[in-house]
Amino acid sequence: MKISDAFKSRKAFVAFLTCGDPDLDVTEKLLVEMEKGGVDLIELGIPFSDPTAEGPVIQGANIRALSGGVTTDKIFDMVRSVRPKLKIPLAFMTYANVVFSYGIERFAKTCAEIGVGGVILPDVPFEEKHEFSDVFERYGVDFISLIAPTSEDRISLIAKEAKGFVYCVSSLGVTGTRSTITTDIGAMVAKVRESTDTPAAVGFGISTPQQAKDIAKKADGVIVGSAIVSLIGQYGENASQPVYTFVKSIRDALDEA
Amino acid sequence: MSKGRFGIHGGQYIPETLMNAVNELEQAYDRCKDDEDFNRELTQLLNEYAGRPSRLYFARKMTEDLGGAKIYLKREDLNHTGAHKINNVLGQVLLAKKMGKTRVIAETGAGQHGVATATAAALFGMECEIFMGREDTKRQALNVYKMRLLGAKVNAVDSGTATLKDAVNEAMREWTKRIDDTHYVLGSVMGPHPFPTIVRDFQAVISKEIKQQIMEKEGKLPDAVVACVGGGSNAIGAFYHFIGEPGVRLIGCEAAGRGADTFETAATIATGKLGIFHGMKSYFCQDEYGQIAPVYSISAGLDYPGIGPEHANLHDTGRAEYVPVTDDEAVEAFEYLSKTEGIIPAIESSHALAHVMKLAPTMDKDQIIVVNISGRGDKDCAAIARYRGEDISE
Repeated sequence: MKISDAFKSRKAFVAFLTCGDPDLDVTEKLLVEMEKGGVDLIELGIPFSDPTAEGPVIQGANIRALSGGVTTDKIFDMVRSVRPKLKIPLAFMTYANVVFSYGIERFAKTCAEIGVGGVILPDVPFEEKHEFSDVFERYGVDFISLIAPTSEDRISLIAKEAKGFVYCVSSLGVTGTRSTITTDIGAMVAKVRESTDTPAAVGFGISTPQQAKDIAKKADGVIVGSAIVSLIGQYGENASQPVYTFVKSIRDALDEA
Repeated sequence: MSKGRFGIHGGQYIPETLMNAVNELEQAYDRCKDDEDFNRELTQLLNEYAGRPSRLYFARKMTEDLGGAKIYLKREDLNHTGAHKINNVLGQVLLAKKMGKTRVIAETGAGQHGVATATAAALFGMECEIFMGREDTKRQALNVYKMRLLGAKVNAVDSGTATLKDAVNEAMREWTKRIDDTHYVLGSVMGPHPFPTIVRDFQAVISKEIKQQIMEKEGKLPDAVVACVGGGSNAIGAFYHFIGEPGVRLIGCEAAGRGADTFETAATIATGKLGIFHGMKSYFCQDEYGQIAPVYSISAGLDYPGIGPEHANLHDTGRAEYVPVTDDEAVEAFEYLSKTEGIIPAIESSHALAHVMKLAPTMDKDQIIVVNISGRGDKDCAAIARYRGEDISE
């Protein structure tokens, strides 16, 4: 279950949720529902006290999860338990200090053991990545790189060394739903493709089937986070059905793209 | 390649969205820092507008009362806007202007950096937005009014502990939203490279002046330089030109809140561990899973869970010492200096004074301590009165 498997047969649907919001039992059930609804890769958010790349929706989920007592170790245990029930690849999404304080080596080793194929750290740019990526590479875990609308001449630099997929940040600012995306996604993805065969997925601000379909025409996959987290925030332990229905609507839109 | 390292500390741990912005800032600073016109303009602003050089005052009564080393006060409290913060702000806003930016944003704890930024923005005709923890807007209501008076928009931040760290989070989020026309005036020697270096260089005027002034007055260097440390900008400013002088002890005073052995503390060196946060590798107060700890100090300006990377390295190498000072000790020093010398120091600076009150009596009479009075205490009077059980209205 490598990260790249998610991009093999169709437009990839990458979905995000915050582990432990509202608790880890619910997270476990949601992961199964998400795969059933047609998700190809799940980003498992490990909550952090100060998520500086997140907008209010995911910030709220981080606070709820941490006040519920979730820890990195408890999340690892949850993944151990749910992994046999899932076929799709998984990646962790968190912040540098969560991995650094756990011990980069110990974190990477655990990812490999429990079947998590990638890690995304939005506060670790290209210049600082080797401290992390060299260790993850030894354990066969992809360190996923991000590019942003401001990256310009940095795109080829970053894309050349990209593993798993290239996470294309669609817009300036933090995570969260947006009514319109103004960045020229087509040009951004074209620049990525000049430097690598690694697939490109676009995230930040995608919340409707129509947006997903439009973006998927220009990229290898779409990433949806805040819209899902918002449903979980609204429905709590009863989120399975609404999340399944929403995820399915994105899947159907992607299949039309 | 990682840039901006102080030993193992520092670096640039920020979202990709901001990387070109910090690279652009680094290039602009490299062009300006040795540029004659830039430096002439900055020096003129510092002297004519901010009132530099600040005085190095011999605290005769305090020295006699404590009965040990001679104590000199570096009067950064006499600067325009009442603190050392203006030194960095004038430098950064001038730099932002040269970069063609029309808008500045900043975080603030006690409000001194916010007031200084709003002041410079007014002077340069730039748009200004300040981020301040909701808790701090209550503790420092007067400074909130001042910022508004100066034409800035003040955003109260409700996330997390609603204090300085959360204000930094929100300012960083705002910067990723709007980069083209906006410069983030970081207020301390922290954050991603090049900020720790830029802020240090702009604050180094403090130690440059101390060195000159003490040579004129005493004909020798001080035995110790003492300053309070939150992020550490006034301390690095006071230390910088003495780092290469091994005979000068450098002492940073951290806010221990209710005690470094309690959970209500902000003493990073005493209680923190190595981590990565707010763009830098350094020491941070955090739990075993790397979650940043909610810190506490009576001083809104020192109420921060980290410390600048250059300080972290000065600690590692042993070149500087860092000591915790409690709320109680700081409040006593606040009252002591007011009564003894007729100078009301900021509660932040009072942390440094509190340590000097312990240190001076242990030293010889021919030895010299310089303590940086980083700001004035007007802003703290209401809070200290409350601390002493007296409710006054401003």
